[in-house]
Amino acid sequence: MTLASTIQQLCFLVLAAVVVVGALGVVLLPNIVYSAFLLGGVFLGVAGLYLLLNASFVAAAQILVYVGAVNVLILFAIMLVNKKETLAVIPGLLLRRLLSGGVCAGLFVLLLRVAFTTHWALPGPLPVGEEATIRIGEHLFSDYLLPFELASVLLLMAMIGAIVLARRDVYSSDVITGEPVDQGLIEKTRTPLLIDPSANAGGQPLLETTP
Amino acid sequence: METTALVSSGLDLQASFVDALQGLGLSPGAARLLWLPLPMVTVLVAAVVGVLVNVWLERKISAAVQQRIGPEYAGPLGVLQPMADGLKLVFKEDIIPARADGLLFTLGPVLVLVPVILSWLVVPFGQNLLISNVGVGIFLWISLSSIQPIGLLMSGYSSNNKYSLLGGLRAAAQSISYEIPLALAVLAIVLMSNSLSTVDIVNQQNGAGILSWNIWRQPVGFVIFWICALAECERLPFDLPEAEEELVAGYQTEYSGMKFALFYLGSYINLVLSALLVSVLYLGGWGFPVPVEWLAGWLGQSVDAPVVQMITATTGIVMTVLKAYLLVFFAILLRWTVPRVRIDQLLDLGWKFLLPIALVNLLVTAALKLAFPMAFGG
Repeated sequence: MTLASTIQQLCFLVLAAVVVVGALGVVLLPNIVYSAFLLGGVFLGVAGLYLLLNASFVAAAQILVYVGAVNVLILFAIMLVNKKETLAVIPGLLLRRLLSGGVCAGLFVLLLRVAFTTHWALPGPLPVGEEATIRIGEHLFSDYLLPFELASVLLLMAMIGAIVLARRDVYSSDVITGEPVDQGLIEKTRTPLLIDPSANAGGQPLLETTP
Repeated sequence: METTALVSSGLDLQASFVDALQGLGLSPGAARLLWLPLPMVTVLVAAVVGVLVNVWLERKISAAVQQRIGPEYAGPLGVLQPMADGLKLVFKEDIIPARADGLLFTLGPVLVLVPVILSWLVVPFGQNLLISNVGVGIFLWISLSSIQPIGLLMSGYSSNNKYSLLGGLRAAAQSISYEIPLALAVLAIVLMSNSLSTVDIVNQQNGAGILSWNIWRQPVGFVIFWICALAECERLPFDLPEAEEELVAGYQTEYSGMKFALFYLGSYINLVLSALLVSVLYLGGWGFPVPVEWLAGWLGQSVDAPVVQMITATTGIVMTVLKAYLLVFFAILLRWTVPRVRIDQLLDLGWKFLLPIALVNLLVTAALKLAFPMAFGG
């Protein structure tokens, strides 16, 4: 065994251990922040595996999309809403855990059977190395054009949805049901804070509030 | 592969080193293994020395802008002041706040520093003077720099301090919103040079010296890239994550000693790295304003002569560093010229101004490439 293949083997073992242990940590740790950070570690480990397979472009894209965008957004969401409160005790927690553990174990056994019965050593095309970026681009604009465009349509839909959700003040009625949307929830009426609104019951404005 | 045929291979230290060791009776694999750490250590030392120079420049230029003298007593013109700063940070007590999360608190600065140092992998100082000419080149830098916000969020969260958390969140938001126009500006360059590799990008600009630099063909992209690079480095018009007047020191509030030094190193290495990449992408990298091949031809020398190769390599390194430090000088001047933006102005500038302009720039570049393939790398 040469030096290069020994190092490759070693790298694979370390990366695989990082991915497996990290993934277990994501699921099993009670602290959600640790889970999110470990998820980033798992994504990095997968990027390292891609790198070992000579797919450097895919590895870089994996880091950019999953670590740089998805994981950061998950962390953002957690940190914006994270209130340190103890979760209410759910009755029959042990039973639930056993059931979900059983489902996971079944799935694991199924995957193991697939992994051991499949003939993996397929004679694929020669590795292209650094030319892979060009090859990916050619495929995306020829035989994989439809999935590529569909993915962009999906992203556009998600973006429009996000804008509609965030800028609901633009619409005075609900898009689907046609009922008037409660504007009070979205945009607070500009009541002066220092004046008691009940004192204004007579109808006579106490203070000029319009600009 | 016309580019490699046109451009001389230049000084190849790795080949010479491996050849020399093989002459001593080592196997090729062992010789290459012995070569591997050398460029890495060299670049690491260069980056740290670059930071020391940077800190000194920052102090001296800031002082000059405010009509002070600046550091004066530590060495001639105060050049040893950054060393003194560093030593002070090494000997300071390393404090972890009582209710902080010790593990994440320690890991945060590391996660901020490591991607920045890794990105030096693709910075070329000459045709063969870089650690590795990886094919994904500049894309590697973009993806590595997207890891940094995780480290910032981690240190902001684990400090158990509301200023730290706010600073961390701001840093992550800022870095996400400026990454997109930055990547689009780089994409326009990649479109013109038909390659992601930093070496190819520089070679494409070396046809006619200063006239063929990308800054003339991508003026809008240059401005977008520079603004976004400053925002990614959290330099002053955009230093909201550590805004002293609002957030104490942002995510760095609870840090001291070596952990603070890691943040400090990280931000300055990042500034030097960004300046180097601006010079690689827009200012012709290691190229001399007049191509060295022309000069050698006028002097009647062969480009492949060992002496000419030495001189070419030296000018290459000097030119790259000179361009980068010129940009660092501008960054420091900007720090004392422009007031800090507010967080809403920052996000508005990123999403509503730079992003559309970068998209239009990309489209125009693609159209120009189709219309004038000669000038825009067909």
